Amino acid sequence: MADTPIAHAAKATPPGMARKIRGLSDRAIAWIFVAPTIFLLLAINIFPLIWTIQLSFTNYKANRIGREIKNVGFRNYERILTDSDIWLNMQATAHFLFWTIFFQVLIGFTLAWLINKKFKGNDLWTTIIVLPMMLSPAVVGNFWKFLYQPQIGLFNYIITWFTGAEPSSFEMLGSVDLAPWSIVIVDTWMWTPFVMLICLAGLRSIPDYIYEAAEIDRASKLRQFFTITIPMVLPFLMLAVLFRGIENFKMFDLVVQLTGGGPGSTTELTSINLKREAFEKWRTGYASAYAIILFVTVFGLASIYVKALNKVKER
Amino acid sequence: MSAHSITEPSSRAKWVAGSLVILYALITMVPLAWIMMTGFKTPPDSISYPPKVIFEPSLEGYVNLFTTRTRVTPDALEALPPPATWYDEIVRERNMVIAGPSKFGERFLNSVIIGFGSTFLSVFLGTLAAYAFSRFKIPLADDLLFFILSTRMMPPIAVAIPIFLMYRNLGLSDTHLGMILLYTAVNISLAVWLLKGFIDEIPREYEEAALIDGYTRFQAFYKVVLPQAATGIASTAIFCLIFAWNEYAFSVLLTSATAQTAPPFIPTIIGVGGLDWPAVAAGATIFLLPVMIFTILLRKHLLRGITFGAVRK
Amino acid sequence: MKRFNLATASALSIAAASVASTASADDLTLCWAAWDPANALVELSKEFEAESGHNMNFEFIPWPNFADRMLNELNSGGKLCDLLIGDSQWIGGGAENGHYVKLNDFFDSAGISMDDFAPATVYAYSTWPKGSPNYYALPAMGDANGWFYRKDWFEREDIQAAYKEATGEDLREPESQKEMLQIAQFFQGREIDGKTVYGASIFTERGSEGITMGVTSALYPWGFKYENTPGSYDMEGAVNSPEAVEALEFYKEFYQTATPPGYTNSYMGESLDAFKSGQVAMAMNWFAFFPGLYADPNTGGDKIDFFVNPPQNQAGSTLGGQGISVVSYSDKQDAALEYIKWFAQPEVQAKWWSVGGYSAHNSVLNDPGFADSAPFAGDFLVAMEAVQDFWQEPAYAELLLAMQKRVHDYVVADQGTAKEALDLLIEDWTEVFEDEGKL
Repeated sequence: MADTPIAHAAKATPPGMARKIRGLSDRAIAWIFVAPTIFLLLAINIFPLIWTIQLSFTNYKANRIGREIKNVGFRNYERILTDSDIWLNMQATAHFLFWTIFFQVLIGFTLAWLINKKFKGNDLWTTIIVLPMMLSPAVVGNFWKFLYQPQIGLFNYIITWFTGAEPSSFEMLGSVDLAPWSIVIVDTWMWTPFVMLICLAGLRSIPDYIYEAAEIDRASKLRQFFTITIPMVLPFLMLAVLFRGIENFKMFDLVVQLTGGGPGSTTELTSINLKREAFEKWRTGYASAYAIILFVTVFGLASIYVKALNKVKER
Repeated sequence: MSAHSITEPSSRAKWVAGSLVILYALITMVPLAWIMMTGFKTPPDSISYPPKVIFEPSLEGYVNLFTTRTRVTPDALEALPPPATWYDEIVRERNMVIAGPSKFGERFLNSVIIGFGSTFLSVFLGTLAAYAFSRFKIPLADDLLFFILSTRMMPPIAVAIPIFLMYRNLGLSDTHLGMILLYTAVNISLAVWLLKGFIDEIPREYEEAALIDGYTRFQAFYKVVLPQAATGIASTAIFCLIFAWNEYAFSVLLTSATAQTAPPFIPTIIGVGGLDWPAVAAGATIFLLPVMIFTILLRKHLLRGITFGAVRK
Repeated sequence: MKRFNLATASALSIAAASVASTASADDLTLCWAAWDPANALVELSKEFEAESGHNMNFEFIPWPNFADRMLNELNSGGKLCDLLIGDSQWIGGGAENGHYVKLNDFFDSAGISMDDFAPATVYAYSTWPKGSPNYYALPAMGDANGWFYRKDWFEREDIQAAYKEATGEDLREPESQKEMLQIAQFFQGREIDGKTVYGASIFTERGSEGITMGVTSALYPWGFKYENTPGSYDMEGAVNSPEAVEALEFYKEFYQTATPPGYTNSYMGESLDAFKSGQVAMAMNWFAFFPGLYADPNTGGDKIDFFVNPPQNQAGSTLGGQGISVVSYSDKQDAALEYIKWFAQPEVQAKWWSVGGYSAHNSVLNDPGFADSAPFAGDFLVAMEAVQDFWQEPAYAELLLAMQKRVHDYVVADQGTAKEALDLLIEDWTEVFEDEGKL
């Protein structure tokens, strides 16, 4: 992260600016301005994280107030990493993560590309498309559960209208084959606009003169698309993937309302399973170890990804 | 040679692009429209089999959203004085009388207090920190900034356990203050990064001129930088608000009677025997409105905000 | 800040006013699930307010969040609830973790005898350890899982004839689990009034306790036992007995062949929706909803009737219902006890039944007119004679979640065999009891 624009900006502060003029010194002001943020993050993010690490080595249960707390070493970690059910949850999460990002990038980019043609009224339609992401995921999940109901919901009847298949001949949420896709559909419906907005910002950041130069060189439209548009938008697209990746790794509310993790454990994403361990079974120590494993996974993947992102940016 | 620039798409390309985007917008609106329509159905119509597209609109969902009702026997109903208001009338048709207001109003108010409170605090603290990072030499600035960003990667459930224990000990469980601080902590990393991008763009010369004119640092910040950063502040506020307004997991875990927000409440609005879908839909619709209005008002800033201020125009 | 000042000011004025009228008036909060009987309790409690001068507030939480929210509240030592009508399975945790006030001394001094309440309800809702004379709650709401059906369809001659032709038997309220399945399969996919209808809606919910409550309604009539000897935690051969396997297979067959499509994650609400929207001939649900169903203008009245969960090898119904407890973190325990004392009176219990609550008081249940006082009253008495409950251990939530997973995996997600599911369940439960130090 050393070569971020922020670093340059910080170093570029002219020495003259740092002089004391009146009242507090710049140095004091700087600390007064930064301290509340750092303090808040330490209190509500870092301190709890350290506490989680400490709890993860115990058999603590937050609902047993008098119970003796024993140090169990790495036993919690061992149990989690050797639990085949948890690996299934990880797979469900990976499936969800991959396909939501795939569809959101595909549809989101296409939409942004179309909107960037600047047809009349594109502003209005962009605002309409953005609406689903303003909704509460819990409410969305709950309502889509209703929409997916074969007899009284709308979804199956719409499919019937297009394909002629009986509305009650398939169950979007209840069948093991379809349920993982049902949650992908809802998340894609809700969050494609987000990817679209980022791509649109990327497309609008490409200066016209690059295309004009390509035009003069008689590069075909297709060639322009692959040699100018895609590479220029790529950093933005990767940023979108990073945000959606982090968010969907944490996915809880939407899916819990839609399927409750079912059928069986087909859509039991890791966050849903973690919430059950932590706040329904109250296996606090065990759940803490689980949380740490997840955090390390996200943090590790995200760090590698951010490095790749910075490389793309430098190119 | 046409008059416009060679990079301007042809009118046919525009027409095709426009049609496709509008088609997508219409498809994406179907679930949303269905939610809003359901709000105006009667409970039996809402669960009719097969679903009803054409129906007689009713305000029963909205009445049920805002009231609690008790069932009375038809005889007792006869004995009552005639209904005083239109909503009494709607309720009586189901052999019920209004028992009192529902909790929706309180929950909604909690959402307003916590959502806007934490948005204000995130933007306020974020602006200060972003200004400091942008203008002053801060030792280990890069590390601090990376630290701030990395807190965003943490799954909320990962810290939920100790936060639950901590709040239990400090008495912050189920308080407005506790929730405001929590949502602020989640949003602040985003706020600092977004706002730093915006403040970096404001030319330093403005402040220097102000300082030479005898302004203090505070005055220069307040009178010169803040007005210039207004756009960035607005777009940051949208994103902070969307999160805080809709958050569900923490609200379920840490709040109950006093500080619970609307998202955990809406999906579980119960009528007599089972979920009251029209009331759920009415609640969802009303709950969407403030964020929607806020977004439409500030929509011009949305694009810049979403890319951490990376786009200059 | 204005808001806070206003709030404080009004609180002060209210306090001043109430001090002036009655010296000891308290604001009591009663917590329960948000459902039909809760509304009835609000009505009933108005009398208590008038008599005692105390003020009653109510906090009703929707079922899907009820356990999470309330256990969270108790575990954080919250003072939200003075009185809690908590689910029967919580009694072990409530007693062992000190959330509930032990009521023995109070019962003695107030002249309340547990002999006045139906034994099954006292056992299930009040005692910990199970069956010992240590009381942590007063039975407040008797409940069991039962069935209701479209009487108007059952009485139609064309349907009766078709049933006779298909099965050679008369269409009637089923008297065994297998007969019930046969009827449900008969209705499955049938055209009635131009619509395709289905057999029955049953509990299949994954998230909280739904499918366990549904499956046990089949397990208990087959003779399912949690342990070989009560209190031994010896589950091998009991939990996975041949009867249990057969019952679980039965439930899966029921789910696959006689329920409407899409009811794969359904509990109380969905079951009621399916019935009220005219999709099903029969439906499973708690007795608590029956008064509301009977009063429903569209599908109630003449169109509905009720029956007890049918026996198979023996009679058995899944227990619901709750006792009312005083929360030990409350500052107003005296007033809360006053409420219980008032609630336990026979006259109040009689009124409780008449407004839609299920009293567990013998004076109500043994009243000669009781069985005919509502179309489901007689069924309720029959059901309560053979109720069984899930584990009530302090670790009940862990035990429940394990069962939810194993059973849903087998019934809905169609993985493995019934025997395998129950074997895995024993493994899970053994692990929980080992962690608890009970094995």
